[in-house]
Amino acid sequence: MKVRLIPFAVFALLVVLFGVGIVWNEHHDPNYVPSPLIGKAAPAFDLPKLDDPAQRVRKADLLGKAYLINVFASWCFACGDEHPVLMEYANKFGVPLIGYDYKDKPVDAKAWLARHGNPYSQVITDESGATAIDFGVYGAPETFLVDARGVIRYKHIGPLTAEVIAQELEPAIRAAQGAMR
Amino acid sequence: MIPELGQLALILALLLAALQCALPIFGAWRDHRPLMATARSLAVGQFVFVALAFGILTYAFLVQDFSVAYVAQNSNLQLPWWYRFPAVWGAHEGSLLLWVLILNVWTLAVAALGGKLPERFHARVLGVLGFVAFGFLLFSLTTSNPFARILPAPADGADLNPVLQDPGLIMHPPVLYMGYVGFSVAFAFAIAALLGGELQSAWVRWSRPWTNVAWGFLSAGIVAGSWWAYSELGWGGWWFWDPVENASFMPWLVGAALIHAQAVTDKRGGLRAWTMLLAIFAFSLSLLGTFLVRSGVLTSVHSFAADPKRGVFILGFLAVVVGGSLLLYALRAPKVAGGKPFALASRETLILIGNLMLTVAAATVLLGTLYPLVGEALNIGRISVGAPYFGFLFMLLMTPLVLALPFAPLSRWGNADLALWKRAGLRIVGLSILSGIIGWVLGARDFLPLLGVTAATYVLSGTAIYAIKRWKEAPRGKRYPLEMFGMLCAHAGVGVFIAGAILTRSLSIEQDVALSPGQTAHVGVYDFKFDGVAETQGPNWLAQQGTVDVSKNGETIVTLYPQKRTYPRGQVQTEASIHPGVFRDLYVSLGDPLGDGDWALRVYDKPFVRWIWAGGLLMMLGGFCAAADKRFRMRREATALEVSGATATTRIEVVEQNA
Amino acid sequence: MKHALLLLAFALALIVSVAAFAIDPLPFKDDAQRQRFQHLTSQLRCMVCQNESLDASNADLAKDLRHQIFEMMQQGKSDAQIKQYLVARYSDFVLYDPPLKASTVALWFAPPALVIVGGIVVFVLLRKRAKPAAQIATNEMGDDW
Repeated sequence: MKVRLIPFAVFALLVVLFGVGIVWNEHHDPNYVPSPLIGKAAPAFDLPKLDDPAQRVRKADLLGKAYLINVFASWCFACGDEHPVLMEYANKFGVPLIGYDYKDKPVDAKAWLARHGNPYSQVITDESGATAIDFGVYGAPETFLVDARGVIRYKHIGPLTAEVIAQELEPAIRAAQGAMR
Repeated sequence: MIPELGQLALILALLLAALQCALPIFGAWRDHRPLMATARSLAVGQFVFVALAFGILTYAFLVQDFSVAYVAQNSNLQLPWWYRFPAVWGAHEGSLLLWVLILNVWTLAVAALGGKLPERFHARVLGVLGFVAFGFLLFSLTTSNPFARILPAPADGADLNPVLQDPGLIMHPPVLYMGYVGFSVAFAFAIAALLGGELQSAWVRWSRPWTNVAWGFLSAGIVAGSWWAYSELGWGGWWFWDPVENASFMPWLVGAALIHAQAVTDKRGGLRAWTMLLAIFAFSLSLLGTFLVRSGVLTSVHSFAADPKRGVFILGFLAVVVGGSLLLYALRAPKVAGGKPFALASRETLILIGNLMLTVAAATVLLGTLYPLVGEALNIGRISVGAPYFGFLFMLLMTPLVLALPFAPLSRWGNADLALWKRAGLRIVGLSILSGIIGWVLGARDFLPLLGVTAATYVLSGTAIYAIKRWKEAPRGKRYPLEMFGMLCAHAGVGVFIAGAILTRSLSIEQDVALSPGQTAHVGVYDFKFDGVAETQGPNWLAQQGTVDVSKNGETIVTLYPQKRTYPRGQVQTEASIHPGVFRDLYVSLGDPLGDGDWALRVYDKPFVRWIWAGGLLMMLGGFCAAADKRFRMRREATALEVSGATATTRIEVVEQNA
Repeated sequence: MKHALLLLAFALALIVSVAAFAIDPLPFKDDAQRQRFQHLTSQLRCMVCQNESLDASNADLAKDLRHQIFEMMQQGKSDAQIKQYLVARYSDFVLYDPPLKASTVALWFAPPALVIVGGIVVFVLLRKRAKPAAQIATNEMGDDW
């Protein structure tokens, strides 16, 4: 009798699993894959500035202060959704917001920023996307929080929203800054 | 107005399905003949209304009624009329209606052909099928109404996904569903037996042909899908272990186990509870597949857009049907082991081993398919489970099965002839080694192709040895009853499939090349000369069409015309061009222009790839032939005899004598 | 993006929906390297696709990664090093061949465990039920089809 109940018990477990799966999918982006880079040193980069390609920005230049890197592109729909949020919050983060123009023509990116406004303290460009591979970028927009020692503390994949900023990003920024003091 | 009639027909069908479930089962409980007798007319009525709804949806596609949301989403003015038929099942709502229609076809067949079954049993079977139909009709009406309107109606529809505008779409889903849904019959027989407290195994005998036919259809449906993917996608592969493919493969594996377990129960009376459980599993996995594909819980290349409401509904239905069945099984399955005695070395033992491996293989596919979901639920990180995992474990699990396969027919029920095992075994191994040597002489040096040749020879020679033995020993006219002929076909199919799968994998040459017009690529022993690209037009597409001359040693074999089509909504679809052959396919697909007149092309030389599908079709043929055996018809006559008062034990003996 | 289009695809269709598979001619050193590349990329998952390998995917990122892998092969990197490179950036999710870890023990060991448990059940059953061959009645010896 008890042995005969095993198939039923296994099936009951499966139903629970599927139930969790349905609920999970409603609250999570199925394309979200946690980054293995969190808690690790940000990859070294050396990229030209959007407004003056002769000038380059290196990781070493930015050490000593926490900063945000926001990966965007003019071709990216979701970046358009995110943009107003960035415009509103850029000055409230308390850390610089660096734009990372991903696989994009500089002309297009400039036009895009001119049209929608520029929330970034500076914008670096990665036209080939080679450095973005080091950052594990797979879908713009993505936002990285790098602390003063150059360690990635937090990453958000997909558009930032007021909710995400209040619940995740701002506490992460405070923690990153607090750890330094 | 007409689409509303379709919806009305679905509502009426839902009501009839509810009655078809309730009345006969209640009648069977109370032994009330008039109530039991309603089952047939209710089944016919339900079929009529579902067919009417299906016809109305088809009509809406034919006349391009874009006020019906489903039509507007999956068709447009330029869609040729011959693709408007398969467009009916080109997306979720319509394919669900097809599911229900096919369930009705099976129900109708059971109602018509099951006349010789005991009355109460027949009523219960139709009642269970009615319940399944009720669930799916309710699902359709509440979450996926194919007749929903959009107002105002758009002037033109979106389009049928170009991938689906292919002859493959006409074949693949209906045949696959015939298989999927066909397992509902074996399931209904098992549940009816549990409900009626049938302690004997007569129900297994009655359900055997149904299981064989359903499994045959499922084999054909999987073959059609694999062939479609191969020929349509310019990908050259034939199986990816994607969750949706696995969803069709799990019931197939369990169905194969069920066919063999049913043979044991039917002929020897053993494995009664196990056969019952497998009958429940096979259909449960069909339902599970429906859930996985339509709920969006898993990431697949080809699932429907996720709608949590649908997921919740099917999960609830799954819980009721499968949970209820398994509970019923736990409470009422036969507890006393029965059956005729058998020795350790016997066909029973080999079938048991085969059943174990097939079931574990199905469980492994289920585990691998669901594990990413487990990872998410337990928050232990996201992982991917793909072809390397499945391929490796599947090969391991199938090895004992393949090794045992030729010996099962050579073993008698009850007690195998060990001397025969030894004689036949030596011949089989000898022939396999010989085939390996021939392969070596012909130039195969790697392990994998040699393995493919020897494994295929092992299965094929084993099957042939049994066929020859039978030819020599049995009297003329009784050499190959259809059931045995079916077994021989299906087992030979396994051998042919092994040859195809392993040789294609190990001998294929795949190369992406950049060619300018006039240039030639050398791939394997073939020369592919690219003669440039020209524009060409179809009914609803514009294409860039390449011309590629294929030759070997300077002799032209064929000219291939791969296309890159652009459909009305700007969707781009590659159309590979294939030169099929018994021993190899030559295959070219056209990529993008690379500048300076160069084009990217993918070129394949795929040896033995058709053997994969030929093997699957042999298995299908095996299922159909076995089901057509006279024995099963005689058995129904025996059944009539038993209803007239013979006791359960004499019943089996009557049948044995008839056979 | 492109993969949103994939969501439109069909249901029980086996393997569908990528309108065009990647055709990406690369200058391989020889056939062996090309085969190695095809084998390796078919075992890696495209991050932005529904469920496609790097080998098959037409997505932009898949193409970038294919070229990166090609470069690393030219530099003499081993398959393991290339996989390690990708895992460090994108996590184990890119591997279709899940590595054996605490979190995948059940995945890898459940099938053999099932074979063993099932084998024991079958063995016990046979011990209990199977009779010596001599005891099987002779009239049951027929082929019985």
